[in-house]
Amino acid sequence: MLSFTLRQILLSICVLVSAITIIFCLIYLVPGDPATIALGPRASEAQKVAFRQEMGLDQSLLVQGWHFAGNVLRGDLGTDLLTRQPVLQLVMSALPHTAILALTGLGWAVILGIPLGCLSTIKPNGWLDRLIGLFSTSVIAMPAFLLAIYALIIFSVTLRWLPAMGAGDGGDLGDRLMHLILPALAVGLAWVGYIARLVRASLLETLQENHVRTYRAFGISNFRIALRFALPIAMIPVVAVIGVGLGNLLSGAVLVEVVFARPGLGSLAQDAVVQRNFPVLLGTVVVTTALYVIANFTTDMIAALIDPRIRKES
Amino acid sequence: MAIAEDRAAPPETRRPLAESPFAKGFQRMVSSPQGAIAFAVVALLVLGAVFAPLIAPYDPIAIAPRIRFEGPSWAHLLGTDQIGRDLFSRVLYGARVALKVSLFGTTAALSLGAMLGIIAGLGPRWIDSVLVIFCDSVRSLPMILFALAVVAIYGPSMNTLIGVIAFSMAPGYFRVVRNQVLVLRETDFVTAANAMGASRLRVALTHLVPNLIGPLIVLIAMDIPAVIGIESGLSFLGQGIQPPDASWGTMLSDGYSYIRKAPHIAVAAGLPVIVATVAFTFLGEALRDVFDPKSGKGR
Repeated sequence: MLSFTLRQILLSICVLVSAITIIFCLIYLVPGDPATIALGPRASEAQKVAFRQEMGLDQSLLVQGWHFAGNVLRGDLGTDLLTRQPVLQLVMSALPHTAILALTGLGWAVILGIPLGCLSTIKPNGWLDRLIGLFSTSVIAMPAFLLAIYALIIFSVTLRWLPAMGAGDGGDLGDRLMHLILPALAVGLAWVGYIARLVRASLLETLQENHVRTYRAFGISNFRIALRFALPIAMIPVVAVIGVGLGNLLSGAVLVEVVFARPGLGSLAQDAVVQRNFPVLLGTVVVTTALYVIANFTTDMIAALIDPRIRKES
Repeated sequence: MAIAEDRAAPPETRRPLAESPFAKGFQRMVSSPQGAIAFAVVALLVLGAVFAPLIAPYDPIAIAPRIRFEGPSWAHLLGTDQIGRDLFSRVLYGARVALKVSLFGTTAALSLGAMLGIIAGLGPRWIDSVLVIFCDSVRSLPMILFALAVVAIYGPSMNTLIGVIAFSMAPGYFRVVRNQVLVLRETDFVTAANAMGASRLRVALTHLVPNLIGPLIVLIAMDIPAVIGIESGLSFLGQGIQPPDASWGTMLSDGYSYIRKAPHIAVAAGLPVIVATVAFTFLGEALRDVFDPKSGKGR
């Protein structure tokens, strides 16, 4: 387990360093003058010189890369061009909003998706299985922000059941929950289908195995076998796949935030694009990349903890 | 028994058609109702996009202030938007954008990913490791935020959009190709070709590529909904296709601005996105049943 953990940590660091290099290349290898691009064509020459000095653009590329990597590793993501606040602080204060939305979305998807997947396996290719399959496949590719717009039209504009905009009053938990329902619904729906399909496929495979046949021979009921013995094993690939899909989940949450005008990484990035506030925009990219790598590492470790086979394979 | 006899009879008469593998695959694909409907819908979408100038009843960017915010009617099937443009015509032209971005985006991602995948699969171990880590790191970039950053730097345009999509989606193709090549490399027919002195290029082209086509076609069909989602998402944020050009995303953005006054705009702009993503997903499933019958039961 120790060598597996070390290997995973090393791999995660490599991935993170390489991802930061890609982001660095993106900013510093732009054709044309970065100062003009960042400040817009109307900026004066003096402004451009000041910008180049501040961003270190007058130094060689290697020096710039070294500084960039060093700053990122120290947690210094630069300062907001408009408010002069540290970018890390801005991103970190937006992050909890996005994290809560993503986790609530994933949460209800897990709670509904696992039972749906289990129900499908009661009678494979029966009418219930087909119905759940049709539903899962239909929702799986629907863009979350589109669902958000439709949910907004149905539940806020037409029925007026739920609030449309913002994240609710800070102190009032009930109000915040009411504001969370529609966005979480939109973020999670595709995942209900995704998880239901994964659980179904994984559970069907597990139910074919020898130890399950042995349980049957001992006269244990199918229901008990499925829940007590097969489902925990069937969940292993599901956990691993959820880790890989977290990036999609975050992308979905980012757009849904913009639809519901909720504070969070999405709104932060959208404002930064409009204001051409590059440090903030790249800060959100760097932080979410790091988060994704950490989340992936965590799910890999959980999968390895539950299933010794994964440790031995690699 | 009667059913079995019925099934046994047709192949005699249908033989000329069923002979080619393409026709056989097509028959398999449309044999399920989902596959047949998905194929029909995708065909309609493609036809609608290709012949948009002939089918569209109005000019998609013609402004008509007197008929603003009109609901669906026989004259305007999906109604009109905030400056009186016909939404149905805009949906048709939007299909051109969505399918163009999907086609070029996935093709570029496929070419890049497949090339790297073959290099990783056939090359020395260290190249494989480097490429795997590189592709993992591309995959760990948050796609929408990364795309926003790229668009902010390079400017919003269809080419930037296609470029970002190709770059972000290439790792998916890389993984499939690399893993397949690693499996195929150990098969008897590749060993035999190597023993007979075939060059690496020849082995790659005659033995590996034909075996990769199936899984890759399935992956493309599965990726198209994601591409449509990204295109419409970025255009919705105002960072993709630029107005006045019709794209489903820019239409959604218009509809979102007037969501209380005229929700029919957003509904009309969202419908083709839902239809297209669902149809391509089911088409991908049907194609998977054709190319990989073992996973057919996975549905």
